[in-house]
Amino acid sequence: MDLRFGDSEPTDEERAAVDALLGPPESSWEGADRSDADLRWARGGRAARDRRDLLLPGLHAVNDRVGWISEGALHYLCRRLTVPPAEAYGVATFYAMFSVRPRPATVLHICTDLACTAAGANQLHTSVEARLGPESGVQVERSPCLGLCERAPAALVIRAGDDPARPGVPPPGECENEARPGPNGGPGAEPPGDGGGTSRSSEAESGGGKGRRGRETPRATAVCAPATPETAIRTATAPESAPAEPPPPTAVPQAGDPTLTLLHRIGAADPTDLDDYRAHGGYTALRRAFALGPAAVIREVTDSGLLGRGGAAFPTGRKWQATAAQPDHPHYLVCNADESEPGTFKDRVLMEGDPFALVEAMTIAAYATGAHKGYLYLRGEYPRALRRMEHAIAQARARGLLGDDILGQGHSFDMEIRRGAGAYICGEETALFNSIEGHRGEPRTKPPFPVEKGLFGKPTVENNVETLVNVLPVLTMGAQAYAAIGTERSTGPKLFCVSGSVARPGLYELPFGATLGELLRLAGVRDNLRAVLLGGAAGGFVRPDELDIPLTFEGTRAAGTTLGSGVVMAFDDTVPLPRLLLRIAEFFRDESCGQCVPCRVGTVRQEEALHRIADRRGADAADDIALLREVGRAMRDASICGLGQTAWNAVESAIDRLGAYE
Amino acid sequence: MTVTPLGIPRRLLEFTLDGEPVRVPEGSTILDACRAAGKDVPTLCEGDTLTPRNACRVCVVEVEGSRTLVPACSRRAEPGMEVRTSTERARHSRKVVLELLASSVDLSTTPRTAEWIKEYEAEPDRFGPGAARLDEEPRVDNDLYVRDYDKCILCYKCVDACGDQWQNTFAISVAGRGFDARIAVEHDAPLTDSACVYCGNCIEVCPTGALSFKSEFDMRAAGTWDESRQTETTTVCAYCGVGCNLTLHVQDNEIVKVTSPHDNPVTHGNLCIKGRFGFTHVQNRD
Repeated sequence: MDLRFGDSEPTDEERAAVDALLGPPESSWEGADRSDADLRWARGGRAARDRRDLLLPGLHAVNDRVGWISEGALHYLCRRLTVPPAEAYGVATFYAMFSVRPRPATVLHICTDLACTAAGANQLHTSVEARLGPESGVQVERSPCLGLCERAPAALVIRAGDDPARPGVPPPGECENEARPGPNGGPGAEPPGDGGGTSRSSEAESGGGKGRRGRETPRATAVCAPATPETAIRTATAPESAPAEPPPPTAVPQAGDPTLTLLHRIGAADPTDLDDYRAHGGYTALRRAFALGPAAVIREVTDSGLLGRGGAAFPTGRKWQATAAQPDHPHYLVCNADESEPGTFKDRVLMEGDPFALVEAMTIAAYATGAHKGYLYLRGEYPRALRRMEHAIAQARARGLLGDDILGQGHSFDMEIRRGAGAYICGEETALFNSIEGHRGEPRTKPPFPVEKGLFGKPTVENNVETLVNVLPVLTMGAQAYAAIGTERSTGPKLFCVSGSVARPGLYELPFGATLGELLRLAGVRDNLRAVLLGGAAGGFVRPDELDIPLTFEGTRAAGTTLGSGVVMAFDDTVPLPRLLLRIAEFFRDESCGQCVPCRVGTVRQEEALHRIADRRGADAADDIALLREVGRAMRDASICGLGQTAWNAVESAIDRLGAYE
Repeated sequence: MTVTPLGIPRRLLEFTLDGEPVRVPEGSTILDACRAAGKDVPTLCEGDTLTPRNACRVCVVEVEGSRTLVPACSRRAEPGMEVRTSTERARHSRKVVLELLASSVDLSTTPRTAEWIKEYEAEPDRFGPGAARLDEEPRVDNDLYVRDYDKCILCYKCVDACGDQWQNTFAISVAGRGFDARIAVEHDAPLTDSACVYCGNCIEVCPTGALSFKSEFDMRAAGTWDESRQTETTTVCAYCGVGCNLTLHVQDNEIVKVTSPHDNPVTHGNLCIKGRFGFTHVQNRD
């Protein structure tokens, strides 16, 4: 490796951010001053190279502290990890949440995706941008879906700065407030500063220079949803004193219903209290798993008929079996919590409302498949879910429910959270491996499949959050009882993310087999329904007269649509359809990784054609629709991964089923 | 004498290619089988000295039982597989891929694309005059080679050749995402501020002419580049004792480009800065 680091040096702050993650450098190879010992032998090199997977956490550390990634910071991180700067630059520029150019410490992400657009996000964006000029110290960005569709329109504020709480240890008293309080107090406490005490007021924001603000203010994140221009601006200028986010049960309109299987603890048990989790049935499934043994756990999961809930509906038992049977070791467990499909927020609500359930389910999955290390790849835009999961993992570890010899059964398992950084494509299973490993989040060629060569080239089982959480009732109820829920080929309960034009948007749990109409009536559908989007941007539209479609994998397939990740987005006739289609096309253009031609250029051509016909109908649009069909067919047939293969689905369904341009 | 390594004998496996039974050694790709059977499957990102990246998707074929089309360059042949190389579905995807590339990238120096565009009846102009293009200017930041990313199809071959597959220099990577993705050194700096060692092995594998010798770039700009007037002479590099083979491309008694035979057991097409670019003294006539 011809490592060459430029002359740019990191600032003290950047160096501290990297050292906080990696520890102080041990040798001059890693950037420390040259000592006598360095003259005798070199430490670093190969050992450091093995830590390539810390590149993404390292970029996060710098970005969290300073707000952007400078040349000096990137070079220092590369030196510490023995990563070529060109590759690290390629990784840093891959993610939407990072910037390699100076920017203000505070970034306000305004979601302009489907549900939020229907709720007026574009006006919100325009008005906020007009009022938060360059002198405000806030950068306003249009964001893809933030996973807050039940509270549209949504905005997320991320302010870089010192992290007052050490990573992994949430501040005491953490409950509903989303701003990280200072070290010595709750929300509203004066952050540590240079004595001026003005750091969180808006005048300090306006006086601050680019990228230097992190020094004076603590890092803070805040969610503002539903947002108005006023609340969004107030949250952006003072995220630490923003009003508390509503607790997770408010996203679950059915909360308290005793028949719920997956959501029964949300609103009933304190998500920050392990004892409360156990009092509500927690850790019975793990005890049963230990009683059964790994092979029998896999048999139970296979017999239950559990299918993956991330969108592909692959049988979970088969995946576990295939991984468990691999002779190569170690095995890894990866939980895909990079929920980024527009309209999906189920995993967020689960992690915020019942985080211990995921820890328990991952422990069971690891036990069954012979994994001792698990990674939770969590979406970067989910600050509360991150804190809840960090807290839950720390609690479980402290109580011996993670670590060596769990429950005295001799099984060792521990898990680590890895944050995504704004890339929809990293929800693709192999792209997620690349992302964890510190490479660009580009999908890999399959075969080989992850069960054979996954994370770090080792056998890996990767499951969605909802899939894993379903393993708990499979074990507590038994496979037979679980399989009795739902239909013959789609078993168990299913979570649906209902948003858009309904009276009670939120996360709903229904047994497979309920119809679309039943679900929409439960959520309070309005009269002027124009279309329903199933499965998110990669899914498809259906008409208001098709509400008898059974919500099962086979039922939606038979109806020529898809269940996907469980998105049900209702649109009334006030939102022009071409505008929604254009937003979907923009989404795929922005999120294409760029690896293969059909998707990289095809998504651009799709967006261009939809722009041209935005105001055309009938014969005027026919040529471009024919063009869209041809490009869409090639994207579906020839793209490497599911992103390109499904990028045309929703647009096609709108043309064919809804007659969007007739 | 060139010793050709025979390798370990491999078992043959049988599968069906366009209705005909074919036998290929285990581990062969579908593309290997197609070439052995004399079928012309177009390829762009595939390189004979590199692991396939299957990024361009122009070599896609239909495999029975597969939901999507399959890249012939990377998919290994399996016994009993039924492969069809020239179905309407495969031809359609190839046509659209050629249209997408030709409408966004300058393919003027990419061998055979004009022929394929004709064969597949591709119409790159159908996306209209407003279709987004790469719109990159040639980067001339050193005396040895030029990076003209307006011609880049993002095949990753230069990145792989510079990185772990051959040179181990890791001077370049793909930066950015989607349509904005470009090959770049860190911070998109000039080459002279990067880890580049000017071995030119990226030029050797570039399939489009996006990377070219400064001498070739200048002659093309002046309109004097004429491959029909060039001769190729393979010789041994005189700089050190490794014995790399060089192929000197000579036009009008001047060396205009240096390559290395890809099947040469010493170089596999790779050279160092001296073999690749250190030829000007040969034509010093003073």
